[in-house]
Amino acid sequence: MQLFYSILYRDLMLAIRRRRELANPLVFFVIVVSLFPLGVSPDQDLLSKMAPGVIWVTALLATLMSMDAMFRSDYDDGSLEQLLLLPGPKILLIGAKITAHWLSIGLPLIVLAPIMSLLLYFPTHAMGSLIITLLISTPILSLLGSVGIALTLSLRSGGILSSLLILPFYIPVLIFSTMAINASVNSLPVSGYYALLGAFLIVSALLIPFAVVAALKVSYN
Amino acid sequence: MMQFIHKYGSPKYFYQWSKGWQRWLTVITLLLLGYGLYQGLFVAPTDYQQGESYRIIFIHVPAAWMSMFVYMSMAVSGIVALVWRIKVAEIVIGECAVIGASFTALALITGMLWGKPMWGTYWVWDARLTSELVLLFLYFGVIALHSAFENPRTGARAAAILAIVGIINIPIIKYSVEWWSTLHQPATVAKFDKPSMHMSMLIPLLVMAFAFKTYFLALLFSRTRSEVLAREKNTSWVKEIMEQES
Amino acid sequence: MKEFFAMGGYAFFVWTSYGIVAFVMIANVFVAKMKCKRIFKELRELSEEA
Repeated sequence: MQLFYSILYRDLMLAIRRRRELANPLVFFVIVVSLFPLGVSPDQDLLSKMAPGVIWVTALLATLMSMDAMFRSDYDDGSLEQLLLLPGPKILLIGAKITAHWLSIGLPLIVLAPIMSLLLYFPTHAMGSLIITLLISTPILSLLGSVGIALTLSLRSGGILSSLLILPFYIPVLIFSTMAINASVNSLPVSGYYALLGAFLIVSALLIPFAVVAALKVSYN
Repeated sequence: MMQFIHKYGSPKYFYQWSKGWQRWLTVITLLLLGYGLYQGLFVAPTDYQQGESYRIIFIHVPAAWMSMFVYMSMAVSGIVALVWRIKVAEIVIGECAVIGASFTALALITGMLWGKPMWGTYWVWDARLTSELVLLFLYFGVIALHSAFENPRTGARAAAILAIVGIINIPIIKYSVEWWSTLHQPATVAKFDKPSMHMSMLIPLLVMAFAFKTYFLALLFSRTRSEVLAREKNTSWVKEIMEQES
Repeated sequence: MKEFFAMGGYAFFVWTSYGIVAFVMIANVFVAKMKCKRIFKELRELSEEA
């Protein structure tokens, strides 16, 4: 566990030092959400109906944009190779990196999303469900995304390719989250959706680090 | 088991045993296709609900089944390639991805052409069409990743990991899409549930499904054999074959 | 015969489907054959050089 905390600490320190770069996906999120009223119409009913979907799709894209930061710079300067040589289970190392990524991108998104949802006339009584789905699901996005980025690490144009690989895997997260929010908007029971998302989170947290380790091995060949 | 896999998976031995298989599978495919098409187009009676347009299902349903079957084959050969590092299995992944994508595209196109007379629109966001579409995206991902690497063996191993992650995810995606579509299904969409298919329609469907399966295997053998030769062109057994040929 | 091709008014949908499927399946075989030929040609050149 010592390994986990020290890697987590290191990555968070790096994230704070690189905060301008990390802010880019968040700015992207804000801009894209505000493009929808301009592109569709400022109609209140239409926007509030679209709000969960818009927020969620944009959050997916923003997470994908930030994915490159997880391994890329460590790969380029060779420190990832050194980290992989450390004694101790590699799963913990990967887990620490994914946690750090979520803390630096997922968490700010959770703060921003409710604010941006107000611009789309999202009904405030369902705000809780928006925050809870983001809280459960953004770690899944970081986990799934890490597989794509690990697979394409040794390629020059890896970023766009990894988004292509990962987006289809995001579909269940998108569906369950938006359905939960819509149920909450209509004052229907939502706990079933949360349970499903939670199960999805636990299963991916248990399985995906192994896939990432295998993918990194392929990248280093 | 291990010996079996290594023996049948060695490029040289594979090249030898697959030759006869490929020939027989081609013959069987042609026979089955001929019989299935004859039964499906001439013998099977007109459907009382859908008229003649239902005859599209004799190619649509087998193509849709194959799109799943090929993905499974790809994931299985991915496991074999990762665990035992069998060269032939690595090649099979890439060839499966291309063939599977074409089956998936066919299932989508024929589904749309069947949907127009049935539903009145070419596209309906129903569970089956949507999951086929997602499956097509997954195939695109595997193909793109496979071809992105300069070293084909690295590409195959990366594609194998993606295919395995995909096969775990496919049931979740399918389930979520089905659930989503039951909530959003527009009421105007008529459902053509048929609890029991008449034998005269079921037989051509099953024959066509078998024909598609043997077609896939024959094509897979043919493509894999050429690729094996290309990859092994500097080995002695390929040179021997070439000397025998000329 | 004419009736058969008319497919009860659904000729366009039925025959386009069958046509596209036939085209793709034959094209797949054709591509595989071309690839096989190309590789054999390449290998022959290799063995002649040697």
